[in-house]
Amino acid sequence: MAAQTQGGVRAPSPTRAPEPGPGGPVQPVQPVPGGRLSGPLARLRSAARTPPGRLRTALAVLVALALLFGVTAAWQSAERAAAARQLASRSEPLSQDAAEIYRSLADADATAAAGFLMASAEPPEVRKRYQDDLATAARLIPQAAARSGASADAQRQLAALGEQLPRYAGLVETARAINREGLPLGGAYLRYASNYLQTSLLPTAERIADGEAAALDEDHDAAAAVPWAALVLGVLLLGALGRYQVVLFRRTNRVFNPGLLTASAAVLAALAWTAVGTVAAGTGLHEARTRGIDPLRELNRVRVEALQAHTAENLDLVSRGATEAFEDRWDALARTLTASARDTGSVAGLLADPPERARQQLTEARRWFDEWQRRHAEAARLDAEGRYEEALGKTLAPGRDDTAEAAFNAAGQQWEQAGRAEQAAFEAAAGGIDGTLAVQAAATALLAALAVGGTVRGLGRRLAEYR
Amino acid sequence: MRRARTRTLLAAAALLAGLLGGGGSAAGAGGTRGEALVHAAAAAPQSAPEAENCDTGTSLPPAQRDGARIQEIRKRGYLIVGVDQSAYNWGYRDSQTGRIEGFDIDLARAVARSVLGDPDKVRLKTIATADRVELLRAQPRTIDLIARAMTVTCDRLEQISFSSPYFKVSQRVVAPKAAHARSVAEALGGKRVCAALNSSSHSELKRDPHGAASVVTPDNQLDCLVLMELGEADATLSDSSLAAAMVAQDQTMELAGESFLPTYMGVGISKDDTDLIAWVNQVLVDWRNNGGWQASYDRWLRPVMGDPGPYRPW
Repeated sequence: MAAQTQGGVRAPSPTRAPEPGPGGPVQPVQPVPGGRLSGPLARLRSAARTPPGRLRTALAVLVALALLFGVTAAWQSAERAAAARQLASRSEPLSQDAAEIYRSLADADATAAAGFLMASAEPPEVRKRYQDDLATAARLIPQAAARSGASADAQRQLAALGEQLPRYAGLVETARAINREGLPLGGAYLRYASNYLQTSLLPTAERIADGEAAALDEDHDAAAAVPWAALVLGVLLLGALGRYQVVLFRRTNRVFNPGLLTASAAVLAALAWTAVGTVAAGTGLHEARTRGIDPLRELNRVRVEALQAHTAENLDLVSRGATEAFEDRWDALARTLTASARDTGSVAGLLADPPERARQQLTEARRWFDEWQRRHAEAARLDAEGRYEEALGKTLAPGRDDTAEAAFNAAGQQWEQAGRAEQAAFEAAAGGIDGTLAVQAAATALLAALAVGGTVRGLGRRLAEYR
Repeated sequence: MRRARTRTLLAAAALLAGLLGGGGSAAGAGGTRGEALVHAAAAAPQSAPEAENCDTGTSLPPAQRDGARIQEIRKRGYLIVGVDQSAYNWGYRDSQTGRIEGFDIDLARAVARSVLGDPDKVRLKTIATADRVELLRAQPRTIDLIARAMTVTCDRLEQISFSSPYFKVSQRVVAPKAAHARSVAEALGGKRVCAALNSSSHSELKRDPHGAASVVTPDNQLDCLVLMELGEADATLSDSSLAAAMVAQDQTMELAGESFLPTYMGVGISKDDTDLIAWVNQVLVDWRNNGGWQASYDRWLRPVMGDPGPYRPW
């Protein structure tokens, strides 16, 4: 077999200048003047210029490149799988928990004011709702603090909230007790309690929720990151494998080197897997963001605003004559809530491009919200005419469903259901992405190993011919 | 003629009260809600309000004639009165009955009975302290008069009118009994002092802080009581009417030190409504003569403020 000896025939002399030819990538890069180099380096260089030496160099480069590709691709996929898992199982639920703490506190504020206005006629379910709100916050605060990884700042905020909550509860109970004695001082206490909640607890809870939202965004972005390093390395490796197969073909006239061909196919498969997997995960994550995370965030924001407006509505009736602050507060919040769909924090904005699963609830909630605004306007008109009792009856009355409070609660229930639908949409979109990415990590690792094996086998055959 | 005589009598009574006015300080430390006030009030200086540069004690002569405002009220069928709903025993909403009641509310109903023949033909509209003067000047007007522990000041007289005085008040300090303050200087000196925003007490503290270390001004004087109970303020300066309402709601508080800056309380009415001013003045004369004032005082204020002597403006 003439071709088998070709490498030997073309053995280069150390001093020969490089010539254009099929030596290609493994040719010496530079002529080295004789005698200028000596010792191990020179020996290495001359060894590398022998045909088996060139083969060994090629083998080392290709194997190193394949290993690097495999490790990078698997590592990047595994990282993204971990981020996707974190997103679905930890940061999104925690973010929802933080939002729930925030919402519970705002709800407690509104409910306490409603119960206060009804005084001795306060129905047990109003009292229960207030207590449930406090219980929810009290349960979620240590839960959030207990999870490892919460930053020192988040821990501080949660500890602060843990201290503020009992003080708030104490103030509300004092207000209730004094109110039951029939003393107007109770109203002043409730104003103080609400102000304390609005200026201490809610800002703390908001900072915690913002922190969790940022962590969620981080996980989302990490999971959706395009693995450029793996893709670039893969393309480079594929190019090197192809190029060397051309070189070998020219030297040996063999069309195929099965080992290298297998390696190329494996790398191509790994590349395709990574690319397709990235697109698929990206689509899922985009869906999770646009159908779950973002709508939920906007919904939580609107719900808290609405609760604060409801609080202002109730406290305005508690504090008529003592302060106009709550009327101003209602006006400001109602302006935000009733703004156009383009403005953040507006009820209309929730319906601008709602997730399909939540559209019906959001539409219904919008209807109730408008009804609430109408009834409030009617109550405000009565109040302005000095018909306080009628205004109060129009705003809230135990067991009646034609009050502003009833409309608000109906809107709140629809929003809650919309929130659940959006949460489900998130889970459907984000669930399984981590699995896909983990399989992708394992597959790329295996395919890279196959590429290494193919390369070693393909070039090992050639090397063996020199022995 | 009877009315003119009444008016002369009123003025004479006010003058006499002023002449008889004497000093005294030591506030009692009674055991029940009312007692502290009884002693403190009895010992307060009794001088008639010697207001800045105007006469805060006189109004139009009492008369019952149908002017534009009276006709409008009759046509409407009810009287609209601006009131408070958180001034205990003056104008406050009883959380059990839901009704707004108190001394000022009795007065509002007396006016309604006189104009419309029915004390229930009245709409009580809760208004904020800061809006009082504006509401009587705004067009179209949404209230007829204001019965809301409103003191007659020269500033206010430039913008609105008042009825004849129906109560005499002064500045009082509310402080915890535990502070054992024997004078205003002692009660306020070096202390964190609270007063309702834009109240006459707030103005007084701006004019003379009385040695206060700091001054905090929430929207309402009841907020001051909350701040004192929570240890965020040491003392509160307020009109004696509202100071009494505060002490009535917290037995650990007392009126500390002497009273100062005596002023009158009057029903606020628009300058344009001379018919209503005169009418209300007639109601006040009748209210005083038929024992209505005394009955309302006994019902709402005597348990806390004791003998009415120091508070009668006549």
